[in-house]
Amino acid sequence: MKKDRPTVLYDVPGPRARRRNLLWTLLFLVALAAVVWWVVVSLADKNQLEWAKWAPFFTDARVWETYILPALKNTVIAAALAMVIALPLGALLGIFRLSDHRWLRGAAGTVVEFFRAIPVLILMLFANAAYSEFTDISPDTRPMYAVVTGLVLYNASVLAEVVRAGILSLPTGQTDAAKAIGMRKGQTMAYVLLPQAVTAMLPALVSQLVVIVKDTALGGAMLGFSELLASVRPMSANYGANTIACFTVVAVIFVLLNFALTTFASWLEGRLRRGKKSTGAVVGAEAVEDLATPGEHLDKP
Amino acid sequence: MFDFLQGYDLLGAFWVTVQLTVYSAIGSLIWGTLLAAMRVSPVPLMRGFGTAYVNIVRNIPLTVIIVFTSLGLFQTLGVSLGADRFTTINFRLAVLGLTAYTSAFVCEAVRSGINTVPLGQVEAARAIGLSFPQVLRVIVLPQAFRSVVGPLANVLIALTKNTTVAAAIGVAEAALLMREMIENEAQLILISAIFAFGFICLTLPTGLFLGWVAKKVAVKR
Repeated sequence: MKKDRPTVLYDVPGPRARRRNLLWTLLFLVALAAVVWWVVVSLADKNQLEWAKWAPFFTDARVWETYILPALKNTVIAAALAMVIALPLGALLGIFRLSDHRWLRGAAGTVVEFFRAIPVLILMLFANAAYSEFTDISPDTRPMYAVVTGLVLYNASVLAEVVRAGILSLPTGQTDAAKAIGMRKGQTMAYVLLPQAVTAMLPALVSQLVVIVKDTALGGAMLGFSELLASVRPMSANYGANTIACFTVVAVIFVLLNFALTTFASWLEGRLRRGKKSTGAVVGAEAVEDLATPGEHLDKP
Repeated sequence: MFDFLQGYDLLGAFWVTVQLTVYSAIGSLIWGTLLAAMRVSPVPLMRGFGTAYVNIVRNIPLTVIIVFTSLGLFQTLGVSLGADRFTTINFRLAVLGLTAYTSAFVCEAVRSGINTVPLGQVEAARAIGLSFPQVLRVIVLPQAFRSVVGPLANVLIALTKNTTVAAAIGVAEAALLMREMIENEAQLILISAIFAFGFICLTLPTGLFLGWVAKKVAVKR
């Protein structure tokens, strides 16, 4: 049903519509070709299309061993660490936001709204400076600490909303049943609601991982964290100013990595929706972006 | 206590942030809507282009795009977008990068809005003989935009926060000033609090106001 949806917007094309569509296709093709032509010509003008600039990525294993793979490793480690630390923190914040105690609800809500309202970069800059001022973490590893800290602060707040949505997505019968067999509030949360909520929100968690992976690049540009984006400069300096080739390779790696995560998330979502074992409650992969505008829930539990 | 603020143009930096946001918001609203129209159009080539654009751009970090506009477009290919001063060039490149990136999210938001318009509306429009552009312009998009104010508000807030990435190519906006101040002054906590407060002043009212607007204009069904 959802798949056929766009075709509802227009009739099955007759002869005239088919001619018109063909005309549009041609016009669009011409416009597209003009853009591609411009790109190719300006690339060739600056000698960016020479095979020598692209060859290292296909023929020279050292590019991968020295620059790309270690950088990719840093990107993945930072993203994974951030997720692993942010998830329990987020779960805690999310549960606090559903608490029966007003002050706890309010405090957790304020923390969540605060960190969601400010840019990750500000958090990373703060963490970096704080580590250099108050701790003696060596300057080599400090960018990694700063990036992970910034990401954890921001994503714990985002995940708090996801956890909250996950718990609220469960049928109320679950809470009622838990109460009926005499469980206390904590027990209901720990044994009934949270395990199901975590399953329900898996797709949203995986797609949040995409956001985290993308945000690690901030550390490369602003803090000197040696991740994928930061590997462009040394690479292009060592392989004959092949800036465009380097950017293309880095972008392709990011797209492949994130595309794999996105595909996994939607596969998970489909599986959960079809599953017979669960309640069928699920927080979709797309949900994270739409989970309440900052400030919207300040007044509500 | 606030003596250290002298010599820094705090308001100026936030003004640049606001300008980046406004220009990129206008640009990505236009380009994003066009992309959404392409993704639902009867022309397969346009659909393919729209889908490819969104899936590729959404998965590349904004930082990579912004740094590319400076290192790749400007320094390697010599694209200066008709400006000759460094600050102007970088500002325009940042707006270009932010627009290219945010459009993908605007497109997805608008497309989800198009899906909320009931079938009967479109069928009725087709029954009275409206063409595809007319169906979209007169019937579908006006209703879609009303239901999509909330999601678009989230995109706008994300954009406001994302403008800090422009600091990576030296646009003199808030995050760049914050880094400079942290390096020069021994007031880490206070400086961070000021900048956090500045961004909350930008994002929270936007969220509250547009959330209110979203409820006002939503089509009750």
